[in-house]
Amino acid sequence: MAEPILEAKALEVRRDNSLILDIPHLRVEDKEVLALVGPNGAGKTTLLLTLALLYTPSAGEIKFEGKSISYGKGLINLRRRFAVVFQEPLLFDTSVYENVASGLRVRGIRGRELKQRVFTWLDQFGIAHLAKRAARTLSGGEAQRVTLTRALVLNPNILFMDEPFASLDPPTRERLIRDMERIVHETKITTVFVTHDRSEALQLAHRIGVMHQGRIIQIGSPERVINYPADEVVANFIGIESILPGRVMVFNHETFLVDVQGKKIEVAGEAQVGDEVFLCIRPEEVTLLGSGLASLPSSARNTFPGRVIQIGFIGPYCKVTLDCGFPLVAYITKKSLGILHLDIGREVVASFKATAIHVIRK
Amino acid sequence: MDLILEGIKKAFWLLIHMDNEVMRITLLSLKVSGLATFISLALGIPLGTVLALSRFPGRGIIISLVNTSMGLPPVVVGLFVTIMLWRGGPLAVLHLLYTPSAMVIAQTIIAAPIITGLSLAAIQQLDPKLLLQIKALGASRLQMGWFLLREARLPLLAAMMAGFGGVISEIGASIMVGGNILGHTRVLTTATVMETSKGNFDTAIALGLLLLLLAYSINFTLTIIQQREAFYGRAHFRG
Repeated sequence: MAEPILEAKALEVRRDNSLILDIPHLRVEDKEVLALVGPNGAGKTTLLLTLALLYTPSAGEIKFEGKSISYGKGLINLRRRFAVVFQEPLLFDTSVYENVASGLRVRGIRGRELKQRVFTWLDQFGIAHLAKRAARTLSGGEAQRVTLTRALVLNPNILFMDEPFASLDPPTRERLIRDMERIVHETKITTVFVTHDRSEALQLAHRIGVMHQGRIIQIGSPERVINYPADEVVANFIGIESILPGRVMVFNHETFLVDVQGKKIEVAGEAQVGDEVFLCIRPEEVTLLGSGLASLPSSARNTFPGRVIQIGFIGPYCKVTLDCGFPLVAYITKKSLGILHLDIGREVVASFKATAIHVIRK
Repeated sequence: MDLILEGIKKAFWLLIHMDNEVMRITLLSLKVSGLATFISLALGIPLGTVLALSRFPGRGIIISLVNTSMGLPPVVVGLFVTIMLWRGGPLAVLHLLYTPSAMVIAQTIIAAPIITGLSLAAIQQLDPKLLLQIKALGASRLQMGWFLLREARLPLLAAMMAGFGGVISEIGASIMVGGNILGHTRVLTTATVMETSKGNFDTAIALGLLLLLLAYSINFTLTIIQQREAFYGRAHFRG
């Protein structure tokens, strides 16, 4: 296995005597894009800024290119091998050109090389025409382009980004993510970034680390994390709306029955009778039928009558929350909402396949 | 009323013809207060920056002392400096009493806390995350200080104006440590007081107007720089 570009071992950060970050081991591979995701207060930013050598850990070791980092005199030179982009643009009160040049000037780069590097990267982000503009007069999207340019012009070994797209409006955000995806792909720059947004993580990252209460609770490829969440926190974060606690009642060859609040749900796979489990059901796996159609033959092993208790809208979809004796969420189109005449209190039938359920053992 | 009108008329005549003595007094005022402001900037800005950025035991006490000293009565400063420089005083060996240097020392003691306190406030009002961003760019401590001062340049210019305004117009300390000696330590404020006490209102009004003009032109220049920075100067293009 190749040596990781960055490695953290037994990393701990304490604040006011409480442990806020506890990372037994983390590898960042060369040229990979690692997304750190998780709810607020999970420790994502603390981990990112500790890896970027901006916070000093209370315990543990960070290795860069195989060499252990000491928090002494040489730290500035190591910091100069990295670049960090924050959620807020944090631009200096000067021109766009000077903002982009600031990190290069810190590194003693002047003259023609400085100008050439600045304009090369301003072009990459399509903002060369803004070079003379006062940075504080830029729009949010333009300002964040400048901060990304200011970071990438440094040609860093690792780029760290703390929710860089979070404060942008959706169209600006999408354009910037597309540009960033292209640049990361072309430059193959090792990137570690924090995000709240799972679609952002899925679009950009080679690996996703899900954090909760200062720990990485699951790390792996996006496919692995999405399809096999390690626990209910990960399941919740990746958008599984229905996470149902239950107990395995009967195991019958390829399927088993789980008691969820008195209802029996059939699940594909193997389990021990008496196991305490969480059943994760993705909202897009749930089909809704008019109450008269419940008796039609179907491959879905689970069919439950339920009552609509909430209807919400997520972009082009509707999020329908049902009470089937247990809470169940389904995503349907607006067209289906009209066809089924769904409204609060309406009786429907929900069905989902035994194979569509992901099981997490407690 | 006639007295005032006559005084103003003569004041304008004096200003237009600018005799050597008035010229010398004006230049000395500018030199003493300018130098005191410059020294205060050199001391106050780094001290204010350090106080804004560092945390150490006793920091709160130092900050409250600085804030209290922003309103130091010039006569108290004059008294203190006089005692220090007096025959038999701890700094008598320097032989500075009744010299322009003593006036610079006294005015520095008046202006330095003003500039320190306002610099501290100027740095503290910057976004704390900006400091992290500067650190992330790989800046050394010195470079970090430079970035922060550049970001706070507008309030720092205000600190400079406040410091200069405080010393160009003070009289208590200047008269006590300078002695208002003709051709040696006489400045606009001390000369104005002397001429008023002698009943030479025309000369006193002329000197007073000169003092106002001097203070106004310095502050006008600094204000122009400050406001140009605020509206246009944010786009220094050095490409």
